[in-house]
Amino acid sequence: MNSRKKRTLCTLMLLLCGALILAGCGTTTPPAQPSGNTPAAGGGEPAAGEPINVGFNLELTGSSAEFGLSGQNGMKLAFDKVNAEGGVLDGRLFNYISADNKSEAGEATSATTRLVGENVVAILGPMTTAAVLGSIQLVTDNSVVLITPSGTNARLTINEDGTLNPWIFRACFIDPFQGEVAANFALDALGAQTAAIAYDIVGDYSVGLAESFKTTFEAAGKTVVSEERFSAGDTDFRPIIENIKATNPDVIFVPAYYNDDGRFVAQARDAGLTVPILGGDGWGSGDMVGIAGAENMNNTYYVDFVSIDDPSLAEFVSEYEAAYGRAPDGFSVLGYDSALMLIEAVKKAGGIEDPEALRAALENLGEFTGVSGTMSIDPETHNPAKSAVILEFVDGVKVFKQKVDPK
Amino acid sequence: MANLSVEFVLQQLLNGISIGSIYALIALGYTMVYGIIQLINFAHGDVMMIGAYVGWYCTAVLHMPFLPALLTAMLACSLLGVVIERVAYKPLRRSTRLAALITAIGVSFFLEYGMMFLVSPQTRTFPPVFPQTIYHVGPLNIKYGDIVIITVTLALMALLTLVVKYTRIGKAMRAVSFDKDAAALMGIDVNNVISATFAIGSALAAAAGVLIGVYYNTIGPLMGIMPGLKAFVAAVLGGIGIIPGAMLGGLALGLTEVLVSAAGFSTWRDAGAFLILIVVLIVKPTGLLGANTREKV
Amino acid sequence: MRWTKYLIWLTAAAAVYGIVYLLAHVGIVSRFFLLTMVQICIYIIMALGLNLITGFTGQLSIGHAGFMSIGAYATGIFVVTFGKPVSAALTELWGDRGVTDVAYYIFILTSLAVGALAAALFGLLLGLPTLRLRGDYLAIATIGFGEIVRIVLLNTKALGGASGLPVKQSVDWATAYWLMLLSVVLVYNFVNSSHGRACISIRENEIAAETMGINTTKYKVMAFALGACFAGLAGGIYANHMYLVHPNSFGFLKSFEILVMVVLGGLGSVTGCILGAAVMTIMNNVLAPFPELRMIIISVLLVVMMIFRPNGLMGATELRLPFRRASATGAEEGSGHDL
Repeated sequence: MNSRKKRTLCTLMLLLCGALILAGCGTTTPPAQPSGNTPAAGGGEPAAGEPINVGFNLELTGSSAEFGLSGQNGMKLAFDKVNAEGGVLDGRLFNYISADNKSEAGEATSATTRLVGENVVAILGPMTTAAVLGSIQLVTDNSVVLITPSGTNARLTINEDGTLNPWIFRACFIDPFQGEVAANFALDALGAQTAAIAYDIVGDYSVGLAESFKTTFEAAGKTVVSEERFSAGDTDFRPIIENIKATNPDVIFVPAYYNDDGRFVAQARDAGLTVPILGGDGWGSGDMVGIAGAENMNNTYYVDFVSIDDPSLAEFVSEYEAAYGRAPDGFSVLGYDSALMLIEAVKKAGGIEDPEALRAALENLGEFTGVSGTMSIDPETHNPAKSAVILEFVDGVKVFKQKVDPK
Repeated sequence: MANLSVEFVLQQLLNGISIGSIYALIALGYTMVYGIIQLINFAHGDVMMIGAYVGWYCTAVLHMPFLPALLTAMLACSLLGVVIERVAYKPLRRSTRLAALITAIGVSFFLEYGMMFLVSPQTRTFPPVFPQTIYHVGPLNIKYGDIVIITVTLALMALLTLVVKYTRIGKAMRAVSFDKDAAALMGIDVNNVISATFAIGSALAAAAGVLIGVYYNTIGPLMGIMPGLKAFVAAVLGGIGIIPGAMLGGLALGLTEVLVSAAGFSTWRDAGAFLILIVVLIVKPTGLLGANTREKV
Repeated sequence: MRWTKYLIWLTAAAAVYGIVYLLAHVGIVSRFFLLTMVQICIYIIMALGLNLITGFTGQLSIGHAGFMSIGAYATGIFVVTFGKPVSAALTELWGDRGVTDVAYYIFILTSLAVGALAAALFGLLLGLPTLRLRGDYLAIATIGFGEIVRIVLLNTKALGGASGLPVKQSVDWATAYWLMLLSVVLVYNFVNSSHGRACISIRENEIAAETMGINTTKYKVMAFALGACFAGLAGGIYANHMYLVHPNSFGFLKSFEILVMVVLGGLGSVTGCILGAAVMTIMNNVLAPFPELRMIIISVLLVVMMIFRPNGLMGATELRLPFRRASATGAEEGSGHDL
């Protein structure tokens, strides 16, 4: 290549670079995602006011994409329903803007920054704890409420020094509650003297549940004989199952998500471990029976919010299936509920112009009924208090076992 | 650490062999491709993932039995392998190794995210394609699936060895991997040999994908990343480019992982595998079975 | 002549700073734009470091994100541990005055230096034994290193484990920008020094370089440690800007991303890797509205790019001021090298 050609090429590249940079600035102004509901799309009725912008900061690609997409489906369903009914506050419709955080904490910060720049009044998501942690400072600085559907870590709303993060809310249980419920069930209903725990160290959720289970179980004077760790996405659990088997526990607690735990249960049963296996609400988020096999799932129990087979949920389930062609899972339920929380708060605040009013409305939401049961938001901790149920798998069907009310 | 009974050790060994066989199957494809064109085919793990999805489609949707599904997946992936080679790698045969490596990474992303787009990231489960019987041999629990994995792996490896040793195409492969230019001068169609290598390697990966899918019963678009990376470690461990080395490396890796997990360090398992890799590379850079070659000036 | 050239570049850099500062001050550019800018700066520094190792010295490394995470964690721990006491002590000493802020700013810069040094140390430790390896073997060993770092961090409760390490934001875009410029100047001068030429000679032909009396091991380790040092600096900026340091943010996909930037821009070209880092980051953000298609588009572009322009956008050449072409050195001969 002669130098003249080279120079032309360099100039071209420079131009291209400049154009891209300009395009980069450009993206900050138009809506980030062509969302389903602009005011005009709301059944042709003229909207009475400006649309209400809500941002979704979700795991749309990457390792947790399955959960993020489910959550998004639930949220969209809730907003579409409200919009179809004419919106809130005399005809104001919700306009949602979706941002992908690639299942990574740094990208979640980036997505939040982008949404804040779009002047959203609230952010729903992310689904995972680490991704929420990266957004707390940003939403606090910009007075935007953030409702995480499934970030269970207690530290999200309450800092380590005991102070409240005023702008963070959640629609799910916190880790300690579920772990306690599971441990008490193991102690009282199953009469366990010894327990084994296997948890996923990559998932903050799993670590939190395992810790609180252990604390409660040991506080009752019983022993945790074996603690095994794995990483989400592992396929082979046989080595750690053999370790657990060698310690002969009365019960095994495996608080991770359904796909890892489905494999775990199947492999544990294959290895001849017939003792009861317990799990957290991560089990309810997918087709666990399909993975583990109906027979292997016998004698397993898990903590959930209201069972998805509850008759009061039938309406939600049928609407969800009509919209997406598949059954909802735990994440879509929580996504739907976090959207409902926001809608209620907007109605209660009577407007969105004052972010502090919206925040206060969420904080003092009081008793509130979503698809995951009736809950009340504690103004002190921003955690929803809602009852948990324990379900048992009998030949692949979830059977109600007991209900535990919040303290 | 758990108390060391004979039964415990034997059962863990069996687990290691079963995991190792799968690594070995994937590693074979890596090693063959590397042996011929010195390319780290990062997309290999994703070809395995596609194989698993084809197997899933055949069994869950078309209700095929196990063996036809396995063969269909192998056939489909060998075609895919050839297409990838012809479209993405062939134009780069004369450029730098790094350009080829980046292309392989590009193909890998394309397969992962293409599948995510096509079939959604939802986890899929296989129907029970073979009996869930468990044989109790002495104190050991041997699952029907373990027997299938080990048998299929052994059969495929034996077949591969026969092909490479005794057939025309196998001899041509060895010739090309020894000296590409000389092989071309001897009248060997190098392009066809390279395509054949990709076809065979991808078919083996597909077999591994179907076996993983059926045995562990969950498949997803990103399932190929970790096994792919580890199979590559296995290939390097055994000596890249050497077929028995891949088998040895796979088994060694499987057993190491089980050993680390059994010792109570299950989450350090991958770190252990990589540490051993680095140590092996430093002590004997050509791998366990590799011959030391002196560089000629 | 050299100085006029520097002056022109410096004026341009200051002008960019001035324009962005003004726009940010008036509120025309959004926070997202500024964040994108910080990200570009971080990735440019990362790419410069990797370019020293892979582009100029010819050592294939795919574990660069590992060094970044070491830098990010070292800086993060330093700030989290000493941040509060230092800030309290400074306030006690000088009260609520400007001088306190300046002193705290110096503390933050120190934390960045700590990150960079920690990463350089690991670069040295990893470089010494593994540089016996060549080409693909080195590549796989560095992947292994990156993964080991990630797994160790995930397993270490004291560093936050799987929930990550929250760090306050104390570095703004301007600091990131000036540090990026500093890195560019440092790297540019290094590669144009006798040390840099020694590194390039190793890339072109290691045996010939050794025959000419170049201590190849020394220069390879030097390139590795320097490259790691820049990665550590980038990690430090990341830690001080992005609120949370998480082990999975520095997986091997990140290492690939950096490698792609370097190769896309042109191996062995300083301006090339600036271009590569900028293009990749901007493309990533421009395509953000299409999350499902983003990676597909990027991967196809990557393959097409490699097929039609395997030496990257710039090859091994530098972007030069057109009217200064006469001062171009012989560095342009280096394209088409083989790794």
